[in-house]
Amino acid sequence: MIDLILNQTLNGLASASSLFLVASGLSIIFGVTRIVNFAHGSLYMLGAYLAWTLVGRFGPTDALGFWGGVLLAAVLTGLIGVVIEVLILRRIYQAPELFQLLATFGVVLMLQDVALGLWGAEDKIGPRAPGFKSFVILFGNRFPTYELFLIAVGPLVLLILWLLFQKTRWGTLVRAATQDREMVGALGVNQRLLFTSVFAFGSMLAGLGGALQLPREAVTLHMDLSMISEAFVVVVVGGLGSVTGAYLAAVLIGILHAFGILIFPKITLVLVFLVMAVVLVVKPYGLMGKAPVGHQRAHGPAEPLLLPADGLTKLAGLIGLIILALAPLVAPDHILLTLTELVIFALFAASLHFMMGPGGMASFGHAAYFGLGAYGAALAVKWLGAPMEPALLLAPFLAGIAGVVFGWFCVRLSGVYLAMLTLAFAQIAWATAFQSVDLTGGDNGILGVWPSAWAVSKPAYYYLTLAVCAASIVALRLTIFSPFGYGLRAARDNPLRAEAIGLDVVRIQWVAFAVAAFCAGIAGGLFAFFKGSVFPTYMAIPRSVDALLMVLLGGVQTVSGPIIGAFAYAGLSEQLMKLTMYWRFVLGLSIVLLVVLFPRGLVGAGLALRERWRKEPEPAATLVEARP
Amino acid sequence: MSAMLEIAALDAYYGRAHILQGVTFAMNRGEVLALMGRNGAGKSTTMKAIMGLVPPAGGTVSFEGQRIDGREPFEIARLGIGYVPEDRRVFSELSVMENLSVAQRPARSDAPHWTPERLFQLFPNLGRMRDRAGGAMSGGEQQMLTIARTLMGNPRLVLLDEPSEGLAPVIVEEMAKTILALKAEGLTVLISEQNLHFAGNVADRAAIIEKGVIRFTGTMDELKGNEAVRSQYLSV
Ligand SMILES: Nc1ncnc2c1ncn2[C@@H]1O[C@H](COP(=O)(O)OP(=O)(O)OP(=O)(O)O)[C@@H](O)[C@H]1O
Ligand SMILES: [Mg+2]
Repeated sequence: MIDLILNQTLNGLASASSLFLVASGLSIIFGVTRIVNFAHGSLYMLGAYLAWTLVGRFGPTDALGFWGGVLLAAVLTGLIGVVIEVLILRRIYQAPELFQLLATFGVVLMLQDVALGLWGAEDKIGPRAPGFKSFVILFGNRFPTYELFLIAVGPLVLLILWLLFQKTRWGTLVRAATQDREMVGALGVNQRLLFTSVFAFGSMLAGLGGALQLPREAVTLHMDLSMISEAFVVVVVGGLGSVTGAYLAAVLIGILHAFGILIFPKITLVLVFLVMAVVLVVKPYGLMGKAPVGHQRAHGPAEPLLLPADGLTKLAGLIGLIILALAPLVAPDHILLTLTELVIFALFAASLHFMMGPGGMASFGHAAYFGLGAYGAALAVKWLGAPMEPALLLAPFLAGIAGVVFGWFCVRLSGVYLAMLTLAFAQIAWATAFQSVDLTGGDNGILGVWPSAWAVSKPAYYYLTLAVCAASIVALRLTIFSPFGYGLRAARDNPLRAEAIGLDVVRIQWVAFAVAAFCAGIAGGLFAFFKGSVFPTYMAIPRSVDALLMVLLGGVQTVSGPIIGAFAYAGLSEQLMKLTMYWRFVLGLSIVLLVVLFPRGLVGAGLALRERWRKEPEPAATLVEARP
Repeated sequence: MSAMLEIAALDAYYGRAHILQGVTFAMNRGEVLALMGRNGAGKSTTMKAIMGLVPPAGGTVSFEGQRIDGREPFEIARLGIGYVPEDRRVFSELSVMENLSVAQRPARSDAPHWTPERLFQLFPNLGRMRDRAGGAMSGGEQQMLTIARTLMGNPRLVLLDEPSEGLAPVIVEEMAKTILALKAEGLTVLISEQNLHFAGNVADRAAIIEKGVIRFTGTMDELKGNEAVRSQYLSV
C-alpha cells in the first residue's frame, strides 16, 4: 500500500513538470502584458509536434539528436510566440480584456488547423529519450528513469526562473513591469521589446513543456485545449502571476490526477474540481496570488446602457416574430431546419448575454450548460425511457444545477479569473461526458433522441422551438428590466456601492449565473431532439466561443444584439464550414482581424468613426494657416 | 540660443474632458521653473503630456529644438527627460538597488552621470537601506527613492510632480536642498507645486496654470509682488 502511494506520488510529480512549464509561462506573460493567452496550450502542442519532427529528423537514438531536437523545438516555439506577439497582441494591448481573450482564442483556432495541415489528424508517437530508456525498481515497482528526469525538471526550472528573475536585469525589469508597466516605460525601458521578450520566453516554456512530453505520451490535436484548461486550473489555484504558486499547484494537480486514476478512474476531474473549490473558498486569488490592485479595467463594451425597448424596437421584434411564425407556410423543409437551429442559437446567445451584459460576467464556457441541457434530455430518454415532453422539462434542470454549483465558484471571481474558471468548468463537463462511456456513450454520443410523434414533422418541431425560445427570450428580457435586473447591473457597475445599499452582490450574480445556465439548458434540450443525438462536442470549447462571438457581434450593449448576432454568426459559419475543410483557420483569422481592426468593438469603432468625422474640418484649417 | 523645452498650444483630453487647453510656456537651460495652480488645475497632466503618458491631442512639445510630442514615453525618457510622478510609484516589491537599476541608462556627455554611490551621497538615507523593499519604506524615503531612480537615467531635464506633498516639514527642507543641489549640477527642473513658500525657496521662475490654461509666467519675485495674481489663482 505504502509502495503504491509513493509510486503514484512520483507519477504525479512527473506529470506536474510539463504542467508547471506551461502554467508558469502563462503566468509570466499575464503578469507583464495583462493578457491571458488562451493560445498557450496551442504553443505547448506545437512544441510537441515540432519536437516530434525535429527529433525524427536529427535521429532519435542519438543523444544529441534527441535533446537538440527538443531544445530547438522549444526555441522555435518561442519564435512563433514572437510572431504572434508582434503581429497580433502588440496591436491590442489597449483593447478591452474580453477582446484580447477572444483574439488569442482566434489564434487557438488557427493553430489547430495549422497543426492539422502540417502533421495530419493521426496521433504521433515519439521515441524514448536516449539515456532514459530503462527502469529503476522503486518501492517494488518498475519506474521509468525518464519520469525521474521529469520530476527533476520541475524544481530545476523553478530554480532557473528564480535566478533569472532575481539576479538579472531582464528579470528585474519584468518584475517591475508586472507591478507598473507604464512607469517602467517612463523610465526609459523599451516596453515593446520587453513585452515581446516576455512573450517569447513564456512561449518557449510552453514549447519545452510540450517537447518534453514526447517520450511520455502521443502527440495529438487535442493537446492544446486539454492542456490550456488544466493550466488555467493550475494558475487559478496557484495564483495568477506567481511562479512558485504555479509549481505548487501543478504538483497538487499532478498528484491528484495520479491518485484519482487509482481510486476513481472515471471522475479524476471531479477530484481536481473539488480541490480547486476548496482552495478558492479559502484563498480566492489562489495559493500564492494577491488580489488584483489598480488593474481593474473596464470590459469596454460590457458596460451597456440597456434601455427598455422603445415602441419601434418592440414593433420590429413583433414583426420579426410574425415573419418567423409565418415562415413554414412558404419555406421548404431544409430552410426550416436552418431556421430551427438559428432560433435555438438565439436563445443560447441570449442566455450568455444575460450574464455578460447586465451581469458583467464573461463566460468562456457557456457551452457546458447548453451541452448539459442536451445531455439532460438525452439521458432522460435513454435511461428513464422518458418521452420528449418530460425530457425537455428535465433538461434545463441538469444545466441549471450545474450552473448553481459551478456558478457558486465563478461569481467569487471577476474579469479574466472568472473567464478562466468558466472555461475550466466547461472542459470538466466535456471531459466527464467524454470519459463516462457507460453513462453517455463517450465519444459515440447518445443516439435516438427523437421528438414525440406530434412534433416529428419539421414545421411542428419548428413551432415548438420558436414558441419555447421566444417565450424564454422574452422572460430573460423581462428579468433584465425587473428589480432583479437593476440590482444585477448595480452589482456589475459598482459592487461596493451595491453592497452599501443592501444588495447581496455575490448572491445576485450567482442567481444570474444559474438563470443563464438554465436558459442555455433549454436551448440544449431543444437542440438534442432537433438533431436526434447528443455528443460531447456540444460542450466543447469551440461552441462556447460560438456563443461569445454571437453576443459580441451583435453587441453587448443591446438586448436584441445577441439575437441578431446569433442569426448573423450561425448563418455565416455554416456557410464557412461548407466551403472549406480549414474553416477553423478562417474563423480564427476573422476573429483576430475583427479584434485587431476594431479593438474597441464594432460599436466602439462606430463611435470612433463619428468622432473622426466630426474633427475633420480642423486639420484643413491649420493647413491654410500654415501656408505663408 | 533657443529654450530647452518649448510647449506651445498643448491640448490634452481624458476621454471627452478637455483638460489642457492650449498650454504654452518655455524653459531655459539650468533654471528651476515652478508650475503652480490649484488642485485639478492640470499640473500633473501637463507633465504627463510632456512625457507622452497622456497623448497630446494638439499643439507641440519641443525639447532641445526637437519635436517630442507623439513619441513614446521611453523614447522621451531616453532623450534626457526624467519624470518623477506625484504618487511616487516606487516598485514596492523591488529593493532600493533594484528600483535604481530599472532606470539605469548609459552615461551621456551633456548631463551629469549618476551611479548608485553618487546618489547615496545625495540621499544618505537610501544608502543605509539598499536591500529594503520599496514597499517597506516611509513616504519621505519613497519620495527620495523616486527622485534617485529618475536620476539613474542621467536626465538633463527633470519633471518633479509635487515633490513636497505629504511630507513632514523637516523632509520638505531636505527636499528643497536636494532640488538646489540638482540645479547646482546643471540640471533643469520643472516642479509642480502648490506651496508658494517652497516654490520661492527653490524656483527661479513660475508659471501659473488654471483650468488647463497658463495664466501667468514670470520670475518668482514678480509673482511675490503680484498680489492680484496670487489671490486669484493660488489662494485656496
Ligand atoms: N485619469 C484621469 N481621468 C480623468 N480625469 C482625470 C484623470 N486624471 C486627472 N483628471 C482630471 O484632470 C484635471 C487635471 O488633473 P491634474 O491631475 O492634472 O491636476 P493637478 O493640477 O495635478 O492637481 P493636484 O494638485 O490635485 O495634483 C482634474 O480635473 C482631474 O479631475
Ligand atoms: Mg497633480
